[in-house]
Amino acid sequence: MTMMDKPFAITLDPGSSLANRTGSWRTYKPIYLDRLPPCNATCPAGENIQGWLFHAESGDYEAAWRSLTENNPLPAIMGRVCYHPCEGACNRQHVDSAVGINSIERFLGDEAIKRNWQFVKPATQSGKRVLVVGAGPSGLSAAYHLARLGHTVEIQEAGPFAGGMMRFGIPKYRLPREVIEAEVQRIVNLGVTITLNTKVSNIEASMQAGKFDAAFLAVGAHIGKRAYIPAGTAAKVVDAISVLRSMEGEEKPMLGRRVVVYGGGNTAIDVARSVKRMGAEPIIVYRRTRDKAPAHDFEIEEALQEGVMVKWLSTIKQAEEGEITIEKMALDDKGFPQPTGEFETLAADSVVLALGQDVDLGLLDGVPGLDVKDGTVQVGPNMMTGHAGIFAGGDMVPSERTVTVGVGHGKKAARHIDAWLKGETYAPPPKHEVAAFEKLNTWYYSEAPHVVRPTLDILRRQSTFEEVVGGLDESNALFEARRCLSCGNCFECDNCYGVCPDNAVIKLGPGKRFSFNYDYCKGCGVCVAECPCGAIKMVPEEN
Amino acid sequence: MSFQPVKFYQTGTFTVGNRLLAPEERSVQASGKRFNSINSGHRACQGCGEALGARYAIDAAMEATQGQLICANATGCLEVFSTPYPETSWQIPWIHSLFGNTAAVATGVAAALKIKQKKNPRAQEIRVIAQGGDGGTTDIGFGCLSGMFERNDDVLYICYDNGGYMNTGVQRSSATPPAARTATTMAVGPEPGNVFGQGKFVPAIAMAHEIPYVATATVADLRDLEAKVRRAMEFRGARYIHILVPCPLGWGTYSSETIKMARLAKETGIFPVFEAEHGEIKSALAIRRQLPVEDYLKPQKRYAHLFGKQPNVAVIAKLQALADRNIRKYKLLEGV
Repeated sequence: MTMMDKPFAITLDPGSSLANRTGSWRTYKPIYLDRLPPCNATCPAGENIQGWLFHAESGDYEAAWRSLTENNPLPAIMGRVCYHPCEGACNRQHVDSAVGINSIERFLGDEAIKRNWQFVKPATQSGKRVLVVGAGPSGLSAAYHLARLGHTVEIQEAGPFAGGMMRFGIPKYRLPREVIEAEVQRIVNLGVTITLNTKVSNIEASMQAGKFDAAFLAVGAHIGKRAYIPAGTAAKVVDAISVLRSMEGEEKPMLGRRVVVYGGGNTAIDVARSVKRMGAEPIIVYRRTRDKAPAHDFEIEEALQEGVMVKWLSTIKQAEEGEITIEKMALDDKGFPQPTGEFETLAADSVVLALGQDVDLGLLDGVPGLDVKDGTVQVGPNMMTGHAGIFAGGDMVPSERTVTVGVGHGKKAARHIDAWLKGETYAPPPKHEVAAFEKLNTWYYSEAPHVVRPTLDILRRQSTFEEVVGGLDESNALFEARRCLSCGNCFECDNCYGVCPDNAVIKLGPGKRFSFNYDYCKGCGVCVAECPCGAIKMVPEEN
Repeated sequence: MSFQPVKFYQTGTFTVGNRLLAPEERSVQASGKRFNSINSGHRACQGCGEALGARYAIDAAMEATQGQLICANATGCLEVFSTPYPETSWQIPWIHSLFGNTAAVATGVAAALKIKQKKNPRAQEIRVIAQGGDGGTTDIGFGCLSGMFERNDDVLYICYDNGGYMNTGVQRSSATPPAARTATTMAVGPEPGNVFGQGKFVPAIAMAHEIPYVATATVADLRDLEAKVRRAMEFRGARYIHILVPCPLGWGTYSSETIKMARLAKETGIFPVFEAEHGEIKSALAIRRQLPVEDYLKPQKRYAHLFGKQPNVAVIAKLQALADRNIRKYKLLEGV
């Protein structure tokens, strides 16, 4: 081109600054990453909570439910009885209050029951047969995951109903029975066989009889622990689990009007609240103080609201017909209760012992290789007992005894059983670093206080077994889901794309997130500082 | 309010986009098809607030005028880093003026376009923007700017205020805040840093001209900034937008903290964000979480002399008083 072709006073073509690769200035570069949200990190069932909330936020409840049930087949149950450690870890508590994860889980679970969503059957069958012993949360969870992996699963359950402790240990006012029925039925619909009233008394024999390739034991722990209390012949002393179990039957337990419940765990609270609903006057006797009690504080609070009496720092010395003698205790320097020599008598028609439960290990008699310690079966990191092919989980192995832990055991065991059946070992994928609160830029989240679930009127709570805690409706469940900060995981807010002074962020389109154009990224770090959820970090350049 | 905030879809309107918002409710910057008026490869420092502010503002103006825009640009950082001959980062018709005459150049362009429009009334109309830094606006180009205002020429003038002549080595301008250290207001002597009682706040002077539209904005409130550019383009005559653009080099802040500094300037009341029509204030962007001025001053090395072994509480109190006066004057706690 000659000079004459150009406009007046122009001698050079304008060039684009794209020729100037400013990326070469960089000493640090931003990278996108997924961090592990604290809710996920603490979930005993290994749920991807942030993942399913992401779908719930856009109102796609079915996708949310399907994402949730990748890890946990019992959301409607879990949304009622899980002690939600996730909410205790939720980063939003440092902004206003934790996201009501548990209430959204329940909403999704109830929605699934209402809309009759079913699990997708596996495309192929492995031909392997697995026996699951016990239809409690752990057994149901293992069966569900094994069935999804294409194995043929039969659950053998000693009791007349499926559900295990969810049915015989958790009162109706916390977990309506139709909810258990619906979620169990969905697992049956997936292809799992549940054989009720079938007590496995010898695991090897049962495996041989049914030609099973592997077994998962989850018989739970429901033999009430006894404590030695000098008792007159006419004194009525029963254990908490049998009381709760008999609530399920036609004949309600005969405990009298004044019922003393001995213990400070959740079972003690459950019994006290249940007998209150039957018209009795329960008194909990516990040897330590409220803050030392193993029961969850909200349960103690709800019990006190309902008129349950508690004698803290007290032990039962003697039980006679119609009355008991208790001794006052005092905490020593180390926080242990010590007797004071001060006694008191209480009118009591019966004493219910809620002192913990033991495992019935009868089915393992004579099985070689097993290691039983402190009344529980020892398992390896892969949930397998000392006997090849026999796995165990839930309350019968050493762990915290909750429904959620049981569900988590079932999933974990299922993965290892699946690998074992294929002659492989299962290695869980490495965990991402936790998305701590300091990684977030909470400026960007707008103010949104927590939605409180409706609580049943106190008079109805004292007299009926109606569910105490209500559910969310669609509008407030959506609101609650949208309170999620999406810690550590991109939710496509476009901030990085918008705030880059160098146009060095490429928007890849809905669902595809973003990438960096390292030709021009100068490594200023504005994107990292302004990412609300901590899904970008700076790393040093290699040279 | 200059824009209607979305109350709550996880982040409301605080983020640039938001997948839960309808596309028309997202910002211009959230769009994959935004103009990128100032493109990659420019030579601005890492974390440059001015480069960001210019893209925010000009992209919004391009959107509002369907790309029918001419921009005159004063000498200064923005021009130097975007257009080292023969390269340019500008993807719009753009003309470089002298340091002091960009308002006059834009006036001329607008006059020429008016004649062209008269000759060819069916041609799509083209709008004019003049832009410059605080040096080119509040000091060197102030005569031309005031002339443009009083004649009510049909130009939107945008000033990117980073509080000094940063490109030539951080010298003081009449927009440098009191107590700030620059190369010409050293942190020495009994009253270190820039002098109290000097300088000017051009948005207030623009308002005194009673031009149709005056607004301030920061790079920390994108939605507000875009709404103000859009609003400005709805008016005819002289309009003025003054955008606070933190400068990591001149302020002595981390390059990653550019937006944070702008946010702190607004949240402490140091920089009032408001809009005015025909000389009267119409709205102010309310402080969301009020903070003491120390939170804004401390991260900046230009104020480091206030935070030695013995913090200079007297000077900090004077700066707090300036912020408090802004809060009172512009009703920044309640918003208007």
